[in-house]
Amino acid sequence: MDNVQAIVDEGLAALAATHDPVELENVKARYLGKSGALTDLLKQLAALPPEEKRAQGAVINQAKTAFEQALNGRREAMAAEKLAQQLAAEALDVTLPGRGQLAGGLHPVTLVKERIVALFQSMGFEVADGPEIEDDWHNFEALNTPKGHPARSMQDTFYVEGGRDGEPLVLRTHTSPIQVRYMQNHQPPIKIVAPGRVYRVDSDATHSPMFHQMEGLWVAEGVSFADLKATLIDFLRRFFERDDLQVRFRPSFFPFTETSAEVDVLGERGWLEVGGCGMVHPNVLRNVGIDPEQYTGFAFGIGLDRFAMLYYGVNDLRLFFDNDLTFLNQFR
Amino acid sequence: MKFSESWLRELVNPALDNAQLAELLTMAGLEVEENDAAAPAFDKVVVAQVLEVRKHENAEKLNVCKVDSGQGGEPLQIVCGAPNVAVGVKVPCALVGASLPGDFKIKEAKLRGVESFGMLCSARELGVSEESDGLLLLPADAPVGQSFRQYFDLDDRILTLKLTPNRADCLSLSGIAREVAALTGSSYQAVTIKPVAPVLDDKRGVKLDAATACPRYAGRVISGVNAAAATPDWMKRKLERSGLRSISALVDITNYILLELGQPMHAFDNAKLQGDIVVRFAQAGEQLELLNGKQLTLEPDMLVIADGNGPVALAGIMGGMPTSVQVGETQDVFLESAFFAPEIIAGKGRRLGFSSDSSHRYERGVDFGNCRNALERATELVLAICGGQPGGVTEALAALPARPAVTLRVARVARVLGVTVAADEIVAMLQKLGLAVVRDGETLAVTPPSYRFDINIEEDLIEEVARMYGYDQIPTRPPVSGQAMLKQDGKLRPSLLVKQALAARDYQEVVSYAFVEEKWEADFAANLQPVRLLNPIASQMSVMRSTLIGGLVSTLVANLNRKHERVRLFEVARVFHGVEATQQPEKVAGLAHGPRLAEQWGSKAARVDFYDVKADVEALLAPRVARFERAEHPAFHPGRCAQIVLDGAIIGVLGELHPRWVQSYDLNAAPVLFELDLGALTGRDLIRSQPISKFQPVRRDLAFVVDDAVQYQQVLDAMASVKQPYVTAIEGFDVYRGAGVPEGKKSLAFKVILQDTQKTLSDADIDSAVSQLVAALQQHVQAQLRS
Repeated sequence: MDNVQAIVDEGLAALAATHDPVELENVKARYLGKSGALTDLLKQLAALPPEEKRAQGAVINQAKTAFEQALNGRREAMAAEKLAQQLAAEALDVTLPGRGQLAGGLHPVTLVKERIVALFQSMGFEVADGPEIEDDWHNFEALNTPKGHPARSMQDTFYVEGGRDGEPLVLRTHTSPIQVRYMQNHQPPIKIVAPGRVYRVDSDATHSPMFHQMEGLWVAEGVSFADLKATLIDFLRRFFERDDLQVRFRPSFFPFTETSAEVDVLGERGWLEVGGCGMVHPNVLRNVGIDPEQYTGFAFGIGLDRFAMLYYGVNDLRLFFDNDLTFLNQFR
Repeated sequence: MKFSESWLRELVNPALDNAQLAELLTMAGLEVEENDAAAPAFDKVVVAQVLEVRKHENAEKLNVCKVDSGQGGEPLQIVCGAPNVAVGVKVPCALVGASLPGDFKIKEAKLRGVESFGMLCSARELGVSEESDGLLLLPADAPVGQSFRQYFDLDDRILTLKLTPNRADCLSLSGIAREVAALTGSSYQAVTIKPVAPVLDDKRGVKLDAATACPRYAGRVISGVNAAAATPDWMKRKLERSGLRSISALVDITNYILLELGQPMHAFDNAKLQGDIVVRFAQAGEQLELLNGKQLTLEPDMLVIADGNGPVALAGIMGGMPTSVQVGETQDVFLESAFFAPEIIAGKGRRLGFSSDSSHRYERGVDFGNCRNALERATELVLAICGGQPGGVTEALAALPARPAVTLRVARVARVLGVTVAADEIVAMLQKLGLAVVRDGETLAVTPPSYRFDINIEEDLIEEVARMYGYDQIPTRPPVSGQAMLKQDGKLRPSLLVKQALAARDYQEVVSYAFVEEKWEADFAANLQPVRLLNPIASQMSVMRSTLIGGLVSTLVANLNRKHERVRLFEVARVFHGVEATQQPEKVAGLAHGPRLAEQWGSKAARVDFYDVKADVEALLAPRVARFERAEHPAFHPGRCAQIVLDGAIIGVLGELHPRWVQSYDLNAAPVLFELDLGALTGRDLIRSQPISKFQPVRRDLAFVVDDAVQYQQVLDAMASVKQPYVTAIEGFDVYRGAGVPEGKKSLAFKVILQDTQKTLSDADIDSAVSQLVAALQQHVQAQLRS
């Protein structure tokens, strides 16, 4: 019996001392192979009397199981160690940058325009568009601004060759001609927003000869100034994401609205003008064949560049048109 | 319109402080644009009199003065360096302890050994004026000891209104006062008009030859005036605080009337006029030298004031130089106070390139009921300041503008404003504004006064009601409307998605001006007849672009100069092939320049080339597949340019910038650009799903040699011409020239995918299909299969 224990102890020690699978298989052969030490012991059992055979057999089987367990354990440990080494060798510097193309970006005015358009679409406004070289009628006359009207000097107009005498062609000075074109082709209810590029002879830190406006128009039965106020206040609060934003309407003048207002929001440094609006002038409705007795409507205009300046904290309008990639890359 | 608050308060004085007054005006539509102190802050400056002046012993330019500052006790000893100090003069004196503008504190001091207790001040030191010429000398009646701020009314504030063109009635102190009175209920102290009885028979006849353009003209001769008289300080101060410089007493008086009553006036030198005054339209070619020195050749639509010799003034805009009042020469004046119709004056100033305070008012509308009053008021002031003896008023009068009653329905007010205002309230509001109201139940007949030119229709009255009611008092009512969903056209891809697709492929959106240099149009579009601006802001922004390429190239140059090496840009904008709406399509253009990828450790550096950008264009068009055909284009390298054809229509162009432009635009290498019709990208086909095959696809590779001149597309077309039903895809994967391929030839390798929806293809099926392709290749492009 002592003999069995000694053999097992010796075998376990041999297993523990192995370094690679070959050594391990050799040790296994020395104990469990055809003429292995433990195999030999089992062979010797045959010669023993039955009583002793049973007792001795149990002892030897136990010893064999112990050896086999140790063998498997050692085998697994070796595999695990090998895998660990492989994984360690394969490790990457995960902090190196990814390979390939980066992403570009949209212009900040586009981003703000889309944000604003989405807000108005959620309220059922459709998007309309129109040409940028306009005739005098759509840009001025239809909007109740006859030639010589002092309001024309509020907008310094670019003129384009090719106009006829008395009907000059202009670069649209506002997005309002889009509402004229739309109303010529649609009957109320009309609910549109019209973003676009507009042009005025003006250039300094707060004026660009080309800039972006968005016109809004809602003409239907029973649309009132109260609706206008609610719509614009709602829009401004959603846009700036401030439910407590202070908004005020104060009387102003535009030839194409009567009951006209400027819209201000209260900023950190006082009231800030953000747009003009009013009830569509009956002459404008008549000019496009809509009966002002039956329908009323409101219109508003906002400067998209100005909203982008406020939204992103940009203090010089010209940055939007300089196209310096260092500036533009911020708007990702 | 700029004015002194204290002047306004002489006419109406509501219980409001400065800030409240400004708020009231702004919220009534008279926007207060600026609200400034009349003078900077300072204190302890009093009116003082110089009693004694002696030379400083140790300083040539200094004087030692004894000064009575009215504080009691001994006169103050003050050392003064001003050249105009003299015994008896009255001047502002800063006492010890005073602090002057610029944080300048007055202390007891010793100047070259002589003690000084205060400082005699110039206008500039007190911030009262920009320039000064020694001490500010005060009138002899200035009360010694009085606070100088009080004496000069320096606690006054100067308000600047940004008036809209409809409110010409507020282009005067009286007009603003009238409005403030209506808004607050405070009483309006109108300027008292005292008709002046004539003492001389001197008269000048007036005749209206264009009675619609000028239905009222009043004039008066005043003889023996002192044109050199000094303008009183109170008048100077009011003029200056309205932004007008004092010129001479007679001119100052007409300007004063302009500000006080809103009536533009003109003073002629009566001795230089001949015969009667005639108001008429000019005859073409008549000449007039204006007060601003401009020599004008008159046109027949210009209204003039003429005498026996011809035009003497451009009516309502500016007087003529030869008949103007000259200090030291003029003894008799002829004062004009007239009404000219707005539509006659409108636009003329702009045409002539200048405007005047007078034309600014006439083109918006001047109170035609007030001409006579203004003339009497001016006479009163001339007599008081310049002396002289008045003749009688000559006035020519024709049909004045009609003021028909405007109908206002009470229900319409509620309909437009969204708030119900009772008829009584409306009547009261309109009456406060000086409008005459006749009520008939729920309908009002409203007649505007002669000073309002902006009340012609019902809506104009509704706006007045809204103003009086208060815009901020009108409720905000969440709008109620039919809730129809917006259409969504399945065949339309929003342009935002096009932009996002480009951004996702590493292009940055830019926005550039639609007006460009004429040269760009010639270089990049061979467009020698671009749409021109008649009044460009600069010569390099003089024509409307027909291509976006110029803007992208110029943006590239600017960014290379800012040391960006890799530049990828796009723009979506209209271009202008003509002036019609249909000639202004929207385009998408892109540019890529520099390394293909941002410089990085993991990829070899390579410059972006034609095929990189082609992949971007193909991705943009996907799932539609366009054909790219060799083409010539003025912007591009003739061998590296393709026109893009979709469904038989040319929808754009792709190419490498022509080496000529690379050189002349100072680029270090050629960028690749594309320009496409936005419409081709926003259109898309509705998707119909097709059944997918359950059977395995098979791949066969074909390699063959063709002439180098044969294009890839020809090869594809040759294989496609077979219309082999099992062939589901053909893709080239190799192009090779070199060893093993004869000179002048190239080897192409294609992957062919075959698949059937009904069965697994047999070897015989596959071989037959492939040999059909090979036969077509041999026939169409003389391809030789490689073993």
